[in-house]
Amino acid sequence: MKTFERHEGLVAPLDRANVDTDLIIPKQFLKSIKRTGFGVNLFDELRYLDEGEPGQDVSQRPLNPDFVLNQPRYQGASVLLTRRNFGCGSSREHAPWALEDFGFQAVIAPSFADIFYNNAFKNGILLIPLTEDTVERLFAEVAASEGYRLDVDLENQRVITPAGEIIEFEVDSFRKQCLLEGLDDIGITLKDEDAIRTFQDKHRAARPWLFRDSA
Amino acid sequence: MAGQTLYDKLWSQHLVKERGDGTALIYIDRQLLHEVTSPQAFEGLRLAGRRPWRLDANLATPDHNVPTTLKERAEGNAGIKDPTSLIQVQTLDDNCVEFGIEEYKINDPRQGIVHVVGPEQGATLPGMTVVCGDSHTATHGAFGALAHGIGTSEVEHVLATQCLLAQKMKNMQVRVEGELGTGVTAKDIVLAIIGRIGTAGGTGCAIEFAGNAIRDLSMEGRMTVCNMAIEAGARVGLIAVDDTTIDYLRDRHYAPTAGQWEAAVADWKALVSDADAKFDKVVTLDAAEIEPQVSWGTSPEMVTGISGEVPDPADSADETVQRGYSRALEYMGLAPKQKITDIRLDKVFIGSCTNSRIEDLREAAKMAKGKKVADSIKLAMVVPGSGLVKRQAEAEGLDRIFIDAGFEWREPGCSMCLAMNADKLGAGEHCASTSNRNFEGRQGYGGRTHLVSPAMAAAAAIAGNFVDVRGLGKDGAANDPTHVQEA
Repeated sequence: MKTFERHEGLVAPLDRANVDTDLIIPKQFLKSIKRTGFGVNLFDELRYLDEGEPGQDVSQRPLNPDFVLNQPRYQGASVLLTRRNFGCGSSREHAPWALEDFGFQAVIAPSFADIFYNNAFKNGILLIPLTEDTVERLFAEVAASEGYRLDVDLENQRVITPAGEIIEFEVDSFRKQCLLEGLDDIGITLKDEDAIRTFQDKHRAARPWLFRDSA
Repeated sequence: MAGQTLYDKLWSQHLVKERGDGTALIYIDRQLLHEVTSPQAFEGLRLAGRRPWRLDANLATPDHNVPTTLKERAEGNAGIKDPTSLIQVQTLDDNCVEFGIEEYKINDPRQGIVHVVGPEQGATLPGMTVVCGDSHTATHGAFGALAHGIGTSEVEHVLATQCLLAQKMKNMQVRVEGELGTGVTAKDIVLAIIGRIGTAGGTGCAIEFAGNAIRDLSMEGRMTVCNMAIEAGARVGLIAVDDTTIDYLRDRHYAPTAGQWEAAVADWKALVSDADAKFDKVVTLDAAEIEPQVSWGTSPEMVTGISGEVPDPADSADETVQRGYSRALEYMGLAPKQKITDIRLDKVFIGSCTNSRIEDLREAAKMAKGKKVADSIKLAMVVPGSGLVKRQAEAEGLDRIFIDAGFEWREPGCSMCLAMNADKLGAGEHCASTSNRNFEGRQGYGGRTHLVSPAMAAAAAIAGNFVDVRGLGKDGAANDPTHVQEA
């Protein structure tokens, strides 16, 4: 997994609560058997004026000029600012794959849905929960100032605004380490292979009906 | 020390190792696999040169992409017209062969929606941990199993290690006390719960559903309730084990054999929350106050009773909610204060992992019997959850009831719940749907979904608009003839 230590980037505001993973990447794009190439279809139904299909040449599709990511001032954005319960709904990991492929490295919101939260961190995307009030204020600052950028410092768990204001954020220590060091979860877990085998033997002895091959 | 909740018990029974950083390794007993969220996981195993840890823990079936017309299904995989869908289903078949995982292929009578198939086969048992790359894995919690959806990276992790890295959730209890009104079902209970606590009301929690209205539900009903825990933000929904659970499992294909049955049942009976268990949050609903529910917006929390009306965004004090409501009404083509019974429908979908089990089809058939689908309905379809549900329904003559009434009777799969196959809504079409999500575009680009129970969906198909099924007597005879078109 790629590492995340510190990132300074342009902020794009998506002023909407309960953004679901169907909205982040609609189902017709889940038919791919790859992990890459989802970025051009990120927020497909908001971003384009027509109905998207997999494998299209998106440069020929009509863009929705009102959608924030299509506006010239937000081109190249890598930090997404949005509202509460971002990523609710389906467990599709295609959602963080699409965000990452598009170029987003961090998402700021008052809260995130549970499954999306796991999936994002596993793909090197930092999710930053801030209070409703702080998020509201950041929306106002982004709107007021073209080219608004934030400096995200994971090591010190803080976001630094252009005015130099420091906003601290919470992240659990395991996920933080994984991002900082780019650790592979499976590799870490397999270091406990013996503990897993010991548990499995005990579990099978106590509840053999949970194992189809021991019936 | 306070007693343990059901969730606490399941957690500690599967705890392999607590790590100092707040995470733990949890052992996984069952992984269900389908074609959409598994290909990249198998590819990951291949790239790393890894093999699945334990083959017999896995069970696979294609469901999201499969076509549902008999003509297409007769051709097997070759009947899948969309080449990208075909590749995905074929990739699941190939991966299951390569890695040695049991799969119910497209035309196996046991094929169906993973969350219907698992319980039906007894592959979901009380006391298990069950995962699947699908958020509706919460369904299996109806059996007193710790079950939740995971992402594809986690699918790969479970395949490779038989474990999941997890953090303990909070305990939330939702109690539904009292007696449900006639015609009010499990679907109405869970929609009412989501309407009350919101789509983030259970975030970070395992929700245990309790109270006598939950106890009175069949296993099918309990699965419907747990299925939509995720729509309340909770990855896990749970219901304690009782005789209803045990009776359902007896003689299922993967249920414990005679020699193990008694010991298993004794073990399962302890899968209840202790009387003195402490919950972080408790919410109580009065079953008698729950009306048949209809969602009007683009989030499952945007729901109201059949006697209600579409809200006026201006009535909300919260600006974010106001904007959300306004956007939802615009997308749905509805006006503030519009009566729910005045919403005209174009299509009706009865199916999905929420409501495609035999009891759901029976309830829908009661409303359809001897009636005709309204002329204004372009398509009314019934999609059984599995080949075995379909077979059972046909043995009971339910297929004839639906076909005679003008419904299409389809082959099993996820179908129009998420429209990955050819079954979808056109832009602007309103659909009475027994599925679980009314998100924008969920059932088709520009489609407008209204979540309802199977009885409400079938009655709406007959009337052409939503009607109160409580006003409909036995066998669907109308008490209010102005709303139901007679056959």
